Formats: sequence, C-alpha cells, structure tokens
Amino acid sequence: MTLTVKVRRQLGEGDDSFTLDADFVSEGRVTALFGRSGSGKSTLINLIAGLLRPDSGLIRVDDTVLFDSGGRIDLPTHRRRLGYVFQEGRLFPHLSIRANLLYGQRFTPRSDRWAVFSEVVDLLGIGHLLDRRPASLSGGEKQRVAIGRALLSSPRLLLMDEPLAALDEQRKAEILPFIERLRDRMHLPIVYVSHSVEEVSRIADTVVLLRGGRTVAIGPVNAILGRGGDDADGFDPGTVLAATVTGHDPASGMTQLIHPAGRLSIPQIPAETGTPVRIRIRARDVALAVGEPGRLSIRNRLAATVREISEGSGPVVEIHLDIAGDPLVASITRDSVRDLGLAPGSAVTALIKSASFDPLAFGAEEKEKA
Amino acid sequence: MFEPLSPSEWEAIRLSLRIAAVAMVASLPFGIALAYLLARGRFPGRTLVDGIIHLPLVMPPVVTGYLLLLLFGRRGPIGSFLDSTFGIVFAFRWTGAVLACVVMGLPLMVRAIRLSIDGIDRKLEAAASTLGASRLVVFTTITLPLMLPGILAGLVLSFARSLGEFGATITFVGNIPGETQTIPTAIYTYIQVPGGTTGALRLTAISIAISLAALIISDVMARRVTRQMLGQ
Repeated sequence: MTLTVKVRRQLGEGDDSFTLDADFVSEGRVTALFGRSGSGKSTLINLIAGLLRPDSGLIRVDDTVLFDSGGRIDLPTHRRRLGYVFQEGRLFPHLSIRANLLYGQRFTPRSDRWAVFSEVVDLLGIGHLLDRRPASLSGGEKQRVAIGRALLSSPRLLLMDEPLAALDEQRKAEILPFIERLRDRMHLPIVYVSHSVEEVSRIADTVVLLRGGRTVAIGPVNAILGRGGDDADGFDPGTVLAATVTGHDPASGMTQLIHPAGRLSIPQIPAETGTPVRIRIRARDVALAVGEPGRLSIRNRLAATVREISEGSGPVVEIHLDIAGDPLVASITRDSVRDLGLAPGSAVTALIKSASFDPLAFGAEEKEKA
Repeated sequence: MFEPLSPSEWEAIRLSLRIAAVAMVASLPFGIALAYLLARGRFPGRTLVDGIIHLPLVMPPVVTGYLLLLLFGRRGPIGSFLDSTFGIVFAFRWTGAVLACVVMGLPLMVRAIRLSIDGIDRKLEAAASTLGASRLVVFTTITLPLMLPGILAGLVLSFARSLGEFGATITFVGNIPGETQTIPTAIYTYIQVPGGTTGALRLTAISIAISLAALIISDVMARRVTRQMLGQ
C-alpha cells in the first residue's frame, strides 16, 4: 500500500490559528503519525478520514484519490472505506455489541468484503460480549469492539487515533497484543496516531514525525526514534531490536532472548519460547565499555562497533553503534567519549541493565502469513 | 356525582381523546423536523423561526385562537384557499380543534426533542460515517434512535397540552357539543349553568384520571427506552 498525503489546512483565525502542512509518502505496513500533543497528528488523521476538509492538497491511497483540490475530488467520508478507531471507542449506545460490530458491513459491496465475522471476533477475543450493550463493557473491551467494528467494514486502510490513550497501563498492555496480531495476521495497512514512543516502537515500521503542524521526518522506526531530534518532540532516543525468546526462568523471573549480537536477559514477558519479539532500548539505558568489562551487575553485554558519534552542543552525545548488523544507540557523556577514546570503528561492549526494560515496550511479532 | 355519564359527557371525553391523539401524531413530523432544523441548522432567520414557534407558549391562548380564526377561518386567506382547493375546512370543526392543539403544543414538543438532539454526541455520527453510512442512514440509524427519549417526552407533552387546551380552541372553533366540545369546554359550560356543579366535578375527576394515566404510561415507556439504550 502507498499512502500519499500532501495537504494544507488552517484551523482557527488570527493569533489562535494553527496550520497543518503535511507532506509524506508511506509504504509501511504500520505508519505511525508521531509527535507531541498539538503537533497536528489528530488533525492529519481526520483529514485523511474526510472528517475535516483540507484547504488544498492531495490524499491518495494506492490509486484511489480521496481528495484532490486540483481535480476537485473530495470523496465523502462514508465512501472512503477507511476504518477508524477513535480514542474513546464511540460505540453506539443503543445497539448490542453484535449490531455494533455488524454496522459497517452492509455498506460494503459484497465483492469488497474481506473481513470475516468469526475471525475478527476470535482475533479480538470478544465472542462472549456479543449480546451485551456498550454501557456494560470495560474500557479495554470497548476498545476491542471498536477495533472489530472498524475491521468488519472491510476497509482498505485502518486509521487509529491514540486508541490506547484513554486506558490505564494495565489495559494498554491488554490491548497492544491484539493490535500486534492484527498487524501480523490481516493484510491491512494501518495509520497509527500516537505520542507514545513505547507504542510506536512496538507497532510501527514507518514513522512520520510531526512538529508544530509540519511533517519534519519520515523513515523506519529506528531512523526516526533513534535520533534525539528536537527537545520539542519530547521523547528519549532509543532503538527497537528484533530478538527471539529462547526460554524463561520462573525462579528468577527472567526471560532469555537471543539476538545475533548476544544474549539478553529481561524481566519475564508473556511470550512463548521461539517467538520473535520487539524490544525497545532507550539510549540512556545503554553503557559502553572498552575491552572485557569484568565483574559487573549488568548482565546484558552485546559486542558492538561505533559507527557514528553525533555532534551536539550538550554534555551528552549519542553514539550510534552497529550490533551484528542492527543499529543501537547509546547516550553517554562527552567526557566518557574522550576518556574511552571512542571514534568511528572502535570495538566496544554495549551494556544494558535488565532492570531498565520498560514492560510496555515488548511486543510479540509474528511472521506475516504469505 | 356517581350517576352514569350522560351521552353528551361521553361525547366530550371521546372528542377530547380523539383530538389530543390526532394532534399528537400530526405534530410529530413537524416537531422532529423543526427541532432538527433549530438544533443543527445554520441559516439566516433561525432566531426568528425559533421565536415564531415559541410564540403560542407566551401569547394569551385567545390571541392564538383569534389569529387562527383570521388565517384559517372560512374567509381567511389560508382557510378559503384550503376550502376551495382541497375542500378542507377547519373553522368550527373538530379538525380545527386539532389544528389549535398542534399550534399550542408544538413549542413544547420542539423543545423536548431539541434537547435530546443537543444531548447526542455528534462524534457517534462521525463514527457511523467512517463505517460507510451516508447522512440519511446516519440520521435514521443513529440520530433518530438516540432522539427517542426526547420524542417520547414531546409526544406526552403535546398530548397533555391538547387535553388541557381551552382558550385557543373555544376562540377558533367554539364550543359545539358533538363537534368541538372537549372536556375543558364542557366543564366551562357546566359552570355557566345553575346546578351544573356535579357534572363539572364528574368531568374534572375523569380529566384527572386521564392525565394521570397518560403520565404513568409515558413514565413506563421512558424507563423502558432508557433501559434498552443503556443495556441495563
């Protein structure tokens, strides 16, 4: 899928006005629109959905033009066939869960219906809720139903606007695996709006970075989230690594992972042995050692080569490393760089504290079905 | 007091219920359309339309009745047109009493329905459109069902207002037994004649009973609708 967006839209007048000026092309399976609140993420996704009208520009999904001010095309929302999962679920209160789920199906021509009711219900684990009403569901259940409802309209693209923002940490951890399964099992491109690095790291493969209404960068997750970028973006740089679960040690409460660059030991996660997982490692949680580090409490040690040392004015610099072909970013002080004599090409050992892993930042990743 | 009702009393009760029921049903499409227009429409003169609809609520009912007589009377501009074109006559007919009740009850109905429209989360309508529903389908499947509590309240208010309608009715269509004499105008007639007290009291008791029954039925229905909506 190729999503082409090149739009302008002004909101408000005078001093309070805000201009969204977005320009990007994404071919990702999951494209994250990422930025601080107020950066224009939600405005942008509403423009794609047709709930807001651009002042000018072009929005295209593959060959289907949704909006083109030049060609005077403005497909109404109900004919765009985009699924939309809102932050607050927005289930219809007067309809049963089953009727909510089936609401969009009848508007999709039979030949375009790819979503199968039983499959979607199984995927989201909502079979036991079908005869209930939205008012009696928990926040997490509502959001799963909202995802199912959007899927069952058989959209060509799924838009998700901070679908976890209204949930507490526990509920987030409950929903994220469903979104991952959705990504891995359904051939459905997703545009995912979030301000959470953890969510974006787990779910997205392409990130569009927004700042003050402008799209400032687009690229693979590690290319965008690996850079500290602007303080205004409000996130810690870090790297997403793909690793495989090799086993659990219930006695110590740890899970063992293997990455081509070495073994990793992290607090236990609910993933079966043999499954690939994504983990996000914050740059500030990585320390570097030259030579054999000796006796240390830090158990995760990966052989690395310095690729690049970022230039910056502050006391902390980012070291971009290569670990068996994958990137890894470490934030260390300028003083340490000098003391260790680090330069591009230096062989180092990257040290990562097991205790520093954020439990939200682990995600299972299934091989996409052919 | 406990004598059986006289034929003319029965006639007044029957007419009252009939006029109130027809007025209630006839008001509904206008009530929904006007409430939707006022709640969602953005057009010049909206305030004026709002004001005109609400006028019967604040004007003396006699004034409303007199205006109806001027407009819809046999020689009135609208009345003569309807008479010659469609053969519809309002003046001094029970249909005229219905018209008076519709005009008097409409502001109450419009207010009740409009309140329920204002209470609808428009984000639900946006969600329905992302699922493929056109504006008309969104209205019939989302907006209208969510308006139901307001529609129910509006129907009850309209019915109750019609049962109690006196001023506009007597001015517009008079007090003709068997044609336009309703419970209130029959009570009024009883009070005017010596020895009419028992008759007036009988009709008063029946009036109270009908009003109470209407309130109880509407309450039960409202509760059922709410329960269904919230799934409790």
